Amino acid sequence: MIQVPQADPNPLRDPQDRRLPRIAGPCGLVIFGVTGDLSRKKLMPAVYDLANRGLLPPGFSLVGFARRDWADQDFEQIVHDAIREHSRTGFREEVWRQLAKGFRFVPGDFADDVAFSQLRDTIEELDRERGTAGNHAFYLSIPPRFFPDVVAQLKEHGLADEHIGSWRRVVVEKPFGHDLKSAQELNAIVSEVFPPEAVFRIDHYLGKETVQNILALRFANQLFEPIWNANYVDHVQITMAEDIGIGGRAGYYDGIGAARDVIQNHLLQLMALVAMEEPTSFDAYSLRIEKQKILRSVELPSRLDLHTARGQYVDGWAGGEKVKGFLQEEDIPKDSRTETYAAIKLGIDTRRWAGVPFYLRHGKRLGRRVTEVAVVFKKAPHLPFTETATEELGQNALVIRVQPDEGVTVRFGSKVPGTAMEIRDVNMDFAYGGAFVESSPEAYERLILDVLLGDPPLFPQHEEVELSWQILDPIIAYWGNHGHPEPYPAGTWGPKSASDMLARDGRVWRRP
Amino acid sequence: MSTELSNTNASEIGQALLAARRKAGSPSMGMVLTLVVVTDERDHYDALKVAHAVSREHPSRILGVIRRSPRGAANVDAEIRIGEGGGSGESVLLRLSGEVANHAESVVLPLLLPDSPVVAWWPTKPPDDPAADPLGALAQRRITDTVTNPRSKIPALVTQCRNYTPGNTDLSWTRLTPWRALLAAALDQYPARIRGGRVTAERANPSADLLAAWLSDRLHVPIERASSKGPGITDVALFTGGGEIEITRPDGRLASFSVPNTNDRPVALKRRDTAELLAEELRRLDPDDIYEATVQAVCRLSDADGNAKPPKGETNKPAKQSEERGSGSVSKPVKKPAAAKATSRRALS
Ligand SMILES: NC(=O)c1ccc[n+]([C@@H]2O[C@H](COP(=O)([O-])OP(=O)(O)OC[C@H]3O[C@@H](n4cnc5c(N)ncnc54)[C@H](OP(=O)(O)O)[C@@H]3O)[C@@H](O)[C@H]2O)c1
Repeated sequence: MIQVPQADPNPLRDPQDRRLPRIAGPCGLVIFGVTGDLSRKKLMPAVYDLANRGLLPPGFSLVGFARRDWADQDFEQIVHDAIREHSRTGFREEVWRQLAKGFRFVPGDFADDVAFSQLRDTIEELDRERGTAGNHAFYLSIPPRFFPDVVAQLKEHGLADEHIGSWRRVVVEKPFGHDLKSAQELNAIVSEVFPPEAVFRIDHYLGKETVQNILALRFANQLFEPIWNANYVDHVQITMAEDIGIGGRAGYYDGIGAARDVIQNHLLQLMALVAMEEPTSFDAYSLRIEKQKILRSVELPSRLDLHTARGQYVDGWAGGEKVKGFLQEEDIPKDSRTETYAAIKLGIDTRRWAGVPFYLRHGKRLGRRVTEVAVVFKKAPHLPFTETATEELGQNALVIRVQPDEGVTVRFGSKVPGTAMEIRDVNMDFAYGGAFVESSPEAYERLILDVLLGDPPLFPQHEEVELSWQILDPIIAYWGNHGHPEPYPAGTWGPKSASDMLARDGRVWRRP
Repeated sequence: MSTELSNTNASEIGQALLAARRKAGSPSMGMVLTLVVVTDERDHYDALKVAHAVSREHPSRILGVIRRSPRGAANVDAEIRIGEGGGSGESVLLRLSGEVANHAESVVLPLLLPDSPVVAWWPTKPPDDPAADPLGALAQRRITDTVTNPRSKIPALVTQCRNYTPGNTDLSWTRLTPWRALLAAALDQYPARIRGGRVTAERANPSADLLAAWLSDRLHVPIERASSKGPGITDVALFTGGGEIEITRPDGRLASFSVPNTNDRPVALKRRDTAELLAEELRRLDPDDIYEATVQAVCRLSDADGNAKPPKGETNKPAKQSEERGSGSVSKPVKKPAAAKATSRRALS
């Protein structure tokens, strides 16, 4: 969004004064689905952590909306418990007191007109009493099928209307539809009520430090850029592995599956950041343009049977625990064809990446929890050593570790000490800092703050969402018409078809 | 893991560090800076604890330096620790006695991490001119805490300001960040022209004087300085045509925030511990321009008050020497003359 320069800039602010944190202007946050899992585990704790770090404006207000017969005090108790249990920074009474003054609760169903007019009154009261100045963000932490209802109600009750000098924003969670068509419909509904720059689609991966570090690594250094192309890069592997199963989220997961849940959003976004050209600046618009160019140039393999793979975990031993298979999970139909593992090969049709495959994989109940981007380089064109000397030498790689152990690893060959001439792969690691109070904010803290500041560089817009579905739709359609996902034992690195898929290209998956 | 060396020198310490890292099974160095902590027998325990905590955010080599009596035979003792307190860095506590106590920089220089920033920190008893101190001259960033100056605090602040050299900062400035952020937020919410202001704090509080100086420098209006019983800063008011913008914090924790035409609101405004302050300092290692403008304002205000200038460079340490010894990357910072022009009045009482 283009910020209108203020006629009279605040004399206490100075671009040189980089100690001053960016505190959101006067505003409030309304959470729909405040009783839900996401709200209790992530959103409310993140709001508290922001307040604790002094990043929320005085008078910040939080309105909860849910179908409960609660008074403001009951709501306060719920928030209190959520914060106690899940906040990252320590609980401090005075921060709590500051926040708690701004809590309001509105009971009601999404179809309930009375509830929405009460919401309107509540917001107006907050503007008067707490100086929220008409600035409100609506966080839809609810099942996506209710988005249309809520958005329509917001419009109906004038809650989406911006007045001069104030803003209204809406925050939606993934999934942004389940295919191109539904994404377009969803977008049509939302954009009828909110302008594009007022819609914030949360992709919590993009709020992670390391993801932003990809940009620093690529564009602040001279070292990597010259080799960041098809001349030197052999292929790229982007992995997001989870060691957990679907937990209690059967209702959400069945019929969605690994590709829609993770590849469509997180992995394609990571790919775009790794592959894109240098943006002309780091504002939202320039970044988006570059990401879209990549998504637009994605090329699918012609044989989807050979270059994609999917699987479903079956019971087994994972990390020393005996765990159920997917089909035995509660509320999953015995004949479900939903995949819990997906791997795809993509090409990017640009000069930089011609002929370089990007392998994307995601799965549940894999060997361990890890997300990383590995750029694997070609072998040296000539090795002036005997063949035996370099038997243990693989390909150089640069690995961006996104979680849990954030950092960068470089893999290269080195001589084994003491031997005549024996070269093997070694890793060089860098990890910047650990979990210090301020330093590594949760992704949601950053994203919520960015919503309140109106700063969208990290949020995908609807074009990106739609382009991503365009990439995925043919693959999912193909899978829909061709049998079942292949079983793989829980706690392993996925089905055999996935390793076959790389073997066909003469490559192997890294063990991350 | 800890190793002790007595009657040693920098090269033995360097080898012992390498050996200790190998023994710990992690020979790689992911450290981003060297933190020189200039301390004494009484305070080193707390100071190094803070430094270790901070090295979790900024992996560093920590060099604690204790200068003992310069009488007697020269002796260097060192205590080496690796992987302390979960920090990823390493630390050396140096005890220097005899003549070498006056040449601490000769021990520290060879132990600096190659090609990375050096920060000097005086947890207590800051030198009057940190950049002229031989250890300070090795660093690009020099962090003091005027509050701990055993001398009377306000003259100590003025001395720090007069001796300002780019790269100096003081924790009494760092402590102000939350106040400054809140005041800036207040003007975001209520963008009125400010006609004056008032900072109320304990009588001797360098932070309060810096805050008054910052406000008068930014707003070009006189800022009164009033006294209270504390703790710290208790009240800041900015006067506008429509009334006062005021932040009151009587208990050092919870503040009340008021701007004209709205109800008062509580805001948490905690006093932070030293580790948090130091971590904030280490996030940016280039000179702090806003601090520079503020110390110049302090000097102006002090001149206007007719305070006699304290003698410059009281420490009188041989800064030249370290310069000659230093590698090309360690250069002595250029001192900027603090523009001494009287514009405003009364901020320094
Ligand atoms: N949980 C996660 O980690 C996660 C991760 C990524 C994205 N998401 C997305 O985030 C959103 C919320 O997820 P969640 O896990 O928090 O879901 P959830 O636990 O199922 O919570 C959904 C919320 O919606 C409310 N709700 C449902 N139907 C309603 C109705 N007819 N009227 C009023 N309220 C209704 C529920 O209230 P009741 O308590 O009254 O039922 C509950 O507060 C979803 O869009 C999800 O896809 C979640």
